[in-house]
Amino acid sequence: MAALLSPLSPSGPAPAAAPAEKGAGSRRGTRNWPFLLIVPALLVLLAVFAYPVAQTFVSAFTTPSPGTGNFAWFFGSSANVAVLTRTFSTALWATVICLCLAYPYAYLMTVASPRARAALLLIVMLPFWTSLMVRTFAWLVLLQDTGVVNGFLGLLGLGPVSLVRTQAGVLIGMVQILMPFMVLPLYSVMSGIDRRLLTAAQSLGARPLVALLRVFVPLSLPGVAAGATMVFITSLGFYVTPALLGSPSEALISQFMYTQVSGMLMWGRGGAMAVVLFAATLLLIGLLGLATRAGRRSRAGAR
Amino acid sequence: MSARLARAALWTAGVLVAAWLVAPTLVVIPLSFTDKVSLTFPPTGWSTRWYANFFGDSAWTAALANSLLVGVLVAVVATTLGTAAAFGLSRWTNGRGAAAASVLLLAPMIVPGIILAIGIYAVFLKLGLAGTLVGFVAAHTVLAMPFVVVSVTASLRTFDERLETAAASLGAGRWATFRQVTLPLIMPGVVSGALFAFVTSFDEVVVSLFIQSPTLVTLPVQMYSSVTRETDPTLAAAATMILVLTTVLVGGGLTLAARACIEVGQSHSLIAAMRIVAS
Repeated sequence: MAALLSPLSPSGPAPAAAPAEKGAGSRRGTRNWPFLLIVPALLVLLAVFAYPVAQTFVSAFTTPSPGTGNFAWFFGSSANVAVLTRTFSTALWATVICLCLAYPYAYLMTVASPRARAALLLIVMLPFWTSLMVRTFAWLVLLQDTGVVNGFLGLLGLGPVSLVRTQAGVLIGMVQILMPFMVLPLYSVMSGIDRRLLTAAQSLGARPLVALLRVFVPLSLPGVAAGATMVFITSLGFYVTPALLGSPSEALISQFMYTQVSGMLMWGRGGAMAVVLFAATLLLIGLLGLATRAGRRSRAGAR
Repeated sequence: MSARLARAALWTAGVLVAAWLVAPTLVVIPLSFTDKVSLTFPPTGWSTRWYANFFGDSAWTAALANSLLVGVLVAVVATTLGTAAAFGLSRWTNGRGAAAASVLLLAPMIVPGIILAIGIYAVFLKLGLAGTLVGFVAAHTVLAMPFVVVSVTASLRTFDERLETAAASLGAGRWATFRQVTLPLIMPGVVSGALFAFVTSFDEVVVSLFIQSPTLVTLPVQMYSSVTRETDPTLAAAATMILVLTTVLVGGGLTLAARACIEVGQSHSLIAAMRIVAS
């Protein structure tokens, strides 16, 4: 993970050089000039990001009246809790399907020739940047009752299946859009695995598949954990795809937030759901952090 | 033999996944040239009437103009702020401060869009910024800046700092050094950051849905409301134009970024690492 973070951590030798600079005296006043370069960006972020988000969380406890009324409202109705459960189960399914599709793809990237690898990477990256709206619209056309997918199913003798306005439709659209979030962390961990370990395992008598399952897969688990967390968290807050491909009667939490705030101006309720969503996100990050640390410790112990 | 079979199976799976990632989106291209009023695929006859329809309808052309204007302004603002921040971050000797600042700089990538959208909407309503050009540029800048920071930081990493020392030893001031030595060398990262910033703004839907006004609608918002109202192939024409424009820009951005996709790919998995570190 340290290697992944390195692009943003300050350059290595710099801190060591700092004490020497302190002694220089003449430069003391200007030592913090790099910080001044960050200030404008930080100010914009504080005003248009940190403050609005904090404001939303605060409104959960203060609007319309101080207290935990908004949370009592949210958890008090079984319909609302069902929205939350549905959001989590959709995110879980999206994560599982993404993992099943992304794992062989990322593995293929690590064994392919450099040119094929660049092509495979480009295929993942381009959709990442292709308009969400365009892709969701394309799925809407393909999945409609008279669409290509149903036409194809008809050829196979499978009757028309309703895909638009169902959970299945939401999942199909979401998984495609979330794939890069799974492939990229997986690939970056897998490409760091020393493939000679597989050769070593095989030379000790393990069959290729056994070597793969017992040596490669465990070493790739940090990538699985990172990718799964990314996909899961991102799908918890997904709005456009479920709103257009899903059924209004099976709303996910983000759609529910939209109707409460934009339609009914219930700021406090929107804020309460934001708190729940964010708490779930942080909890998952925390769990992933613990799992990664435990994994690292057990690996260090094995050594 | 079985190794070859396994390899074939792996490639088949990979190609299928690749096709599934790319092919569905391409359906909008033939659809936009249909001569029918419905969105039936494949089209039975061809025409360009939906493009004529797009450019003849002021709602669509105004939305396109707004999106282009907001996108360009966001690219300028986010690239300026993001480049300065990335440069400062790489030279700041206070390790803990730099780590905290980089967490805040990348945080907009992590917080679910809907939470940010509600917050920005509330604040903008109070300040009278909802539905204004300034409001759109400010909101999109926050979302676009992380991509500039990541992209510029990646190219700063491959930059040899001794060149700056050399310039300084020859008497160049800090600004002259940056303008004449550092900036030209990190230019690919800056330009690709600007392209990603433009595309981020050009594609943004959720925050824009909240802060739109009848007088200021962006292209994705116009698409969103048309999808929920009717299914008219004009949508496919709009989608095709967005697809072509963003693909060209992102293709350019990816090629420009030093060591193209690998670097950017790693930068994105950085979001994953960020989440772990943030805990």
